[in-house]
Parts: sequence; C-alpha cells; structure tokens
Amino acid sequence: MTAVASSTPSPVSRRPRKNLVLSVVAILLSVVVFLVPFAFILLTAVKSRQQASRLDFSWPTQFQFVQNFLDVVQARDYMLIIAFINSTILTVASVSILVVLSAMVAFVLQRRRTRWTGLINFLVLSGLIIPPAVVPTIWVLEKFGLFRTMPGLILVEVAFGLSFCVLLFRAFIATIPRELDEAAVIDGAGPLRLFFRVILPLLRSVIITVVVVQSVTIFNDFVNPLYFLPGDQNATVQLTLYNFSSAYSTQYNLLFMDILLITIPPLIMFLFFNKRIVAGMTAGAVKG
Amino acid sequence: MTTLIEKSSARSRSRAAGPAGKRAKSPYPHWFYLPAAVVYAVLFIVPTVTSFYFSMTRWTLFDSKFIGFDNYVTFFQEPALVSGLTHTIVYAVVTSGLKVVLGLLLAILLTSQIIGRGYLRSVVFFPVLVSTIGVGLTFTILMDPEQGLINESLALIGIDGPGWLTDPSYALLSVALVDVWKGVGLATLIYIAGIVSIPQEYFEAARVDGASSWQNFWRIILPLARPATFTVILLSLIGGLRSFDLIWAMTRGGPGFTSDVIASVIYKQYQAGFYGLSTAGNVVLFLLVTAIIFPLSRYLNKKEVDL
Repeated sequence: MTAVASSTPSPVSRRPRKNLVLSVVAILLSVVVFLVPFAFILLTAVKSRQQASRLDFSWPTQFQFVQNFLDVVQARDYMLIIAFINSTILTVASVSILVVLSAMVAFVLQRRRTRWTGLINFLVLSGLIIPPAVVPTIWVLEKFGLFRTMPGLILVEVAFGLSFCVLLFRAFIATIPRELDEAAVIDGAGPLRLFFRVILPLLRSVIITVVVVQSVTIFNDFVNPLYFLPGDQNATVQLTLYNFSSAYSTQYNLLFMDILLITIPPLIMFLFFNKRIVAGMTAGAVKG
Repeated sequence: MTTLIEKSSARSRSRAAGPAGKRAKSPYPHWFYLPAAVVYAVLFIVPTVTSFYFSMTRWTLFDSKFIGFDNYVTFFQEPALVSGLTHTIVYAVVTSGLKVVLGLLLAILLTSQIIGRGYLRSVVFFPVLVSTIGVGLTFTILMDPEQGLINESLALIGIDGPGWLTDPSYALLSVALVDVWKGVGLATLIYIAGIVSIPQEYFEAARVDGASSWQNFWRIILPLARPATFTVILLSLIGGLRSFDLIWAMTRGGPGFTSDVIASVIYKQYQAGFYGLSTAGNVVLFLLVTAIIFPLSRYLNKKEVDL
C-alpha cells in the first residue's frame, strides 16, 4: 500500500509509479474469486445435460446454447416468458409510482419546515430500518382484495421502497436554489406546475439514479413476490428460478441457462448506467 | 415560512408575495405528502403496529383469538426457534465485520495506483446487482462437497475441503461468506467514495513529515473515512439481520435448523399456517433490529459530531 493517492489527479507533479506486482496479484485474485463463478454459469448453461451434471469447470464438448435456451423458455408452457412479462410490469409500474410519489414527498420535506417535519423524517428512517411485518401485510392486502394480485404487490414494493428514494431525492433537492421556486411562483405557477414543470425536470440525473437502482432491486426481489404474489401462473422471474431449482435438480444446464437469462437485465443496467448506480448507492457515504 | 393554509381565501389573493403581505398559500402544500403517506401508512405502518396485537393471538387471517404471550413462550421454548435468534446475530455480525474489513482493504487497493483499476472496480461491484437467488443456487453447486468446484480445487492443492453446506457447523458461515462475496462490492464503493473525499493536502503533509504508509492508514484514512465505516456497518447490519433469500436459496435453514435465522423461521411458520407465531417472530425481529440499530446509529452519529 505504498501509494494511497486518490483518483483525482494531485497537483503535485511527481506521481507514484503503478505498482506492478500488486496489480498482477489483484487481477489474478479477482479472476479466481469473481470471474470464475460467472464463467461457470456461462459454461454450464451451454453444456449438454450429461456434461453439466458433472458440475466441473470445463470447456463444453458441444455447444447447446440455442437448444438449452429453447428448452428453458418452453418449459412449463412458456412460464419463463410469462415471468419476464410479470417482472417487467412489476418493475416498471412500481418504479414509476415510486419516482413521482417520493419526489413529491422529498420536495415538500426539504423545502418546508413545520411541526410535521420531524415526524416525517423519523418515519422515513424507520422505513429503512424496520423489517416489514409479513403476515399483517397479507391481512391488510386481503382486506382490500389485493392479496395475490399484481397491483397489491406493486403497492407493497412502493411502500417498502419509499424511504430510500425520499432520502436520495431530498439530498438532491437541497442543491436546487430556492430562488428558482420563488421566480416560478411570482410568474404565477401553482404548486403542481412548480413541481412538475420546474423542479421535476431539474431532477433528471437523480431520477435516473433512482430508476436504475430501484429497477435492479425490484427485479431481483424474491421475498415480496414469495409472500404477496404466490402461485405459478403469475410468478416473477426470481420465483420461477427458485421453482426451477427444485424441478431441474438433474438438469443443471437448464438451471444455469435460467440464471444466465435472469442476470442479463442487471448486466445491461450495469453496462449503461454504472456511474449512476454508483452515485445512488454511495449517497450518504461522505456525509454519513 | 408560514404554515398557514387557507384553502378558500387563497385563490382570490395575489399569489405573489407583496412586500408586506404574507403568502396565504405555500407553494409547498402538505397534500404532496398524501399519496405516499396513504400507501406507506396502509402497507407499512398499519401492519407494523397491528403485528404487536396479532403476535398475541391464534390467527387464521379471518379471525383471531387473543392468547396473551403464548406465542412468545412457544418461540423461546422451542430450541429450534431460539437458535434462529442467535444465528441471526452471528450472521449479521460476521457479514458486517467482514464487509467492513474487506471493503476497506479493497477500497484502499482500488484507489491506489494499480493497473486495471476500472476493471477491478467493476468486477468487485457487479455481484451486488445480480439476483440473490441466482448467486445462491450457483454457490450451492460450487460448494457441493464431492463434485463442487471449490472442493475439487482445494483437493488439487491437497486440502480436504469441508461439506460447506452439509456440515452443520459450517452451513451458516458458508452462507455468510457468499453474502460477503455478493455484498462486499457495495462496501468497497462506499469506502472508495469516502477515501476519495479526503483532501489531498493531508497526504502531502504526511509525505513531507515522512509518514509511512502504515501511519497514513491509521492516522489519515481510517479516521477520515469514518462516515463511510458507519454507513457500511449500519447498512450491512440492517441487511444481515433481516437476511432471508440467500439462506433460503442455499440451505433452507438446514441441515436441521443449523442455519435457520429469524426471517426463515417467520417464513416456515407462515407456511405451516401458524400466523400468530410467525408474527411473533416478526415482532422479535423488529425488537432485535431496533435494539441494535437505533442506539448504534445514535452512538455513531454522536461520534461523528466529535470529529
């Protein structure tokens, strides 16, 4: 650890040389620890059934990508396709609702101090910390006729995701000058126009962050669909994968093809929005 | 800022705040809270509050019979359930501790001058975004005692690997290790953000004074990255205490009950139809989390003010 210079270029011109030995060790370790599991998924997914059942880390003797892909997709009457559609509906709907609702809360919460502010801050923090009470939530959903329905699950995801989004939005809104609001108000804008026409467009970058982080979280969510949307015909992808794991305990090539397919959406998000994800997930690290 | 809301009279008045006039209607109306508040109250606050009552009932969702603390008595008399409590704490402490240590070391490595820094950062972070169930199933197979890649590799260098998930004394820790594998990228990122925000002047001053890199670490990085440490500890404790999906995907609480945590006990009791007992488990988890997290966050925040 000789050189602990940060990524920002230091004004001092004498920069330390790159540490070659450490680099090689780090890269080798990263390959073994982090890349091999992913390579294992990829290789097993294209193997034949017999070869996959040996569970070893080897080059496929025959590539069955298309065959395995079709087998997984067609399994149990195209359940994976239905699951992908369900997960997409769930993710898109709950993230859209989350963005609008939490931005509204964060806006008023940041701008206006009243006797409610303390209570609301407390509730927001509680939402981050307190584990949701499962069966009572089912009981509430049952009362509204929303248990085992997609709208019910969407609302649950919204309720559980609000706190995180409000915190991100509030921190960002604090950097927008109030003068802007005042100018808009003087020009005759009401609260709705002020929010939707002036503030919301300025939140673009933080909205992208919230959308990406929450999409990945909700797409990967297993627990809430397990409790609140049980049943085979409206399963989400994570539930399908879990059910596949017991049904396909002898067909590892298909199981890993399923894992591979489910990893692709987060991978795409990662490739395109790496910076925004990092920004969202490290918010608060500096200020604490 | 006036908090006065006069809905009817506001419309007739001028919106622009005159030099003497107060604004009758705030541009930040309280009803902006309403839609979120309704969803949050109905699906989060109401269940949390009612869970205290339902945990003291025999409950079928449609009718409930008050039975006092019987569920809690059952919970704490059943060894399988009590062990869930200790497992939860062990799991949370182990994952959180390892994430702090490994995250900090990785972050120092990844902010230093090494080749392939961008690649390393990506590869360490990517597992955070991958489906927990997918990771769990993959590692279940990698950790297979006979055929698994991990034990086969260990055999190559002459080590007889344990039955990671089948040996009762290793199962919980093996799952915790996979949790660290998946989650350390987030801790690393948070530490990187913390280290990068340390002003360069400190390091330059230290170099002028002839400080060793060891001193750099103890005297500059560790104290000044403290907010990052707090964030990592709190986030990973919160995550670890309520962890369910990874454990469920890998061991389902087994072998026996040796890797059962409270969250998996809640699910098992729910599946078995013991809704009251399941809710009692939820209340126990609630109390455990609040008893650990609230004092800890207050303590950590206080320390931060001292800084």
